[in-house]
Amino acid sequence: MRILIVEDDETLADGLSVGLRLSGLTPELVTTVADAREALAHGGYSAIVLDIMLPDGTGLELLSELRSQGDNTPALLLSALDQTQDRVAGLDLGADDYLGKPFDLAEVSARLRAIVRRAEGRAESFIRWNGLAVDPARMTGHKDNCTIEFSPREFTILRALLERPGAILSKTVLEDRLYGWQDGVESNAVEVHIHKLRVKLGAGFIQTVRGAGYRLAGAGQ
Amino acid sequence: MNSVRFRLFIILVAATSLVWLSAFVWVQQSTRGKVERVLDARLAEAGQMVSSLLSDQRIDLNTIAVAPTGAAKTDGILETDYSHKLSCQIWSLNGALVGSSGSAPQGKLTDRDTGFSTNVIDGEKWRVYSVVNEALGMRIMVGDSYKVRDRLVEDVTRGLALPALLVLPIMAVLILVSVQRGLAPLERLASALSQRPAEDLSPVSVAPLPREIKPMGDALNGLFSRVTVMRDREKSFTSFAAHELKTPLAAIKTQAQVAAMAPDKDTRLRALDQIQHGVGRADRMVRQLLALASLDSDDALDESKGQVAKIIQAVASDLARTAAEKQVAIGFTDHSEAVMRTHAVLLSVAVRNVVENAIHASPVGASVDISLTNESGRCHVSVHDMGPGIPAEEIPRISARFYRGKGAKEGGSGLGLSIVAAALERLGGDISFQRHPEGGETVTLMIPVD
Repeated sequence: MRILIVEDDETLADGLSVGLRLSGLTPELVTTVADAREALAHGGYSAIVLDIMLPDGTGLELLSELRSQGDNTPALLLSALDQTQDRVAGLDLGADDYLGKPFDLAEVSARLRAIVRRAEGRAESFIRWNGLAVDPARMTGHKDNCTIEFSPREFTILRALLERPGAILSKTVLEDRLYGWQDGVESNAVEVHIHKLRVKLGAGFIQTVRGAGYRLAGAGQ
Repeated sequence: MNSVRFRLFIILVAATSLVWLSAFVWVQQSTRGKVERVLDARLAEAGQMVSSLLSDQRIDLNTIAVAPTGAAKTDGILETDYSHKLSCQIWSLNGALVGSSGSAPQGKLTDRDTGFSTNVIDGEKWRVYSVVNEALGMRIMVGDSYKVRDRLVEDVTRGLALPALLVLPIMAVLILVSVQRGLAPLERLASALSQRPAEDLSPVSVAPLPREIKPMGDALNGLFSRVTVMRDREKSFTSFAAHELKTPLAAIKTQAQVAAMAPDKDTRLRALDQIQHGVGRADRMVRQLLALASLDSDDALDESKGQVAKIIQAVASDLARTAAEKQVAIGFTDHSEAVMRTHAVLLSVAVRNVVENAIHASPVGASVDISLTNESGRCHVSVHDMGPGIPAEEIPRISARFYRGKGAKEGGSGLGLSIVAAALERLGGDISFQRHPEGGETVTLMIPVD
């Protein structure tokens, strides 16, 4: 799940970015409204974490701009203004959720999962595919009455593939999702994690499409 | 008693009574004067008349002498309170009583030869007119008792006093009622104000107030609006302060949680480092907020004055460590050649924030140069840095509270320049920004000095 974080406070943005990554999300960081606009123009974000007070404008302006353009990317507002009327104003402008500072990292990731789930039209928090039920909150999977644990990196790749099951994701796209880890991405990182996932989920769960990338095998295969 | 109602009532009743009293005294005096004049004229006439009757031999002196006391006088005449009660005595010039009227006293009416006199005879006061009839060798004395005169005056004044005594209590009641009614709007205003909750600073409705009390209502409303402005400013300051402190707190909390969930040592150490950084920033912000709050209050000017050069030197050495962390050097050159003094705290706060901004704007390895010059009654403190400079379009806005420039990467509080602005306002100073084409910015503070 690629998450765009729009936050100008360096320390906070860094904490959010590292924390969300450890929760199995793929955060990307921008510090101004202008940069956020540019990033959103490329699309592909599952959700936006949006601060209200930004150096070159407010998150609320950006949000209403997005909604008026028909962009329905789920948005979680983060703000130090956490009076009821501020929350109401934010939600009325098209925010999907609102968190007052200071917040819990666990709550941020839980709320992000919830707004993404709602946006994807799922009622339950488990993502099911081909006999596997994935619990994004715990980064675990259930298959054949067994609980499977994933590392954050493995989960990031699995979650990316689960976003559009059946679609082919190139190695570069998957590398992008892993990008940002402090130790950097080794050239064979995607292969290493795909291998680990196959060990855990069965060799046929993830298919390699030669020359194109990876996809989840269809139901029944 | 400090009551307007009571005082008004007393003053009005006293004034009314005084008017009545002076009318009373004046009427009494003038009545007495008139009565005296009229009755004196009558006495003189009566004296002349008796004298001329004697001269014409129309009165037999022997008859007078034996006239029975009070007999003929009242015959056929209805005696009223004001009956004139004239008394007459006729004396020979050698001092023998020739005759007297019935109502006359036993003693001699007067010792005076002619004209008016006032005498006390047998304990009674008489007004006497005597006239000498040279031809007959007689002295005629006509007199009346003061009792009559006093009664006349007394009756006239009583006629005046009686209605006054009756009317005064009624008037007192009327005065009391109208004073009450006149002060009623004031009481309504007072009770409306006393029933107000503390947060209600809405204007008092002045329309129904009488013209005399309206200025007070207007003044109250003026005060209310000033208090509202001040309260709103404090509120916005507090809410902004709380708002601005929440972000560094959120950063520290988030980094602490990252440290707790970090899967490896590197991630944890990095998070701990970020926590330290965040605490440092929160600390600076709290310090700035406190500085700003104290500049907003009236206490700042009470502080003692100090030497400008020494204050700047102290600020520079204070900030040397912060600068060293960024590998920025601070230099201070004093070109003033004079001892200048100004408010130590205000100058130090202003210079400190400008220099801090310069340090944060500086690239690694650069220097921040402070120079002090003396310009006819003002000191110029110039702070030069090698940072990117402030874009011209941002200059009008940079002193606004919590405004952070677009290039503010360091995540400053946005308070620095508003603190400088508040301090300069107190000092009566000015600030100017000069961006150098080759890079860098010079901020100059111009401050009046002693």
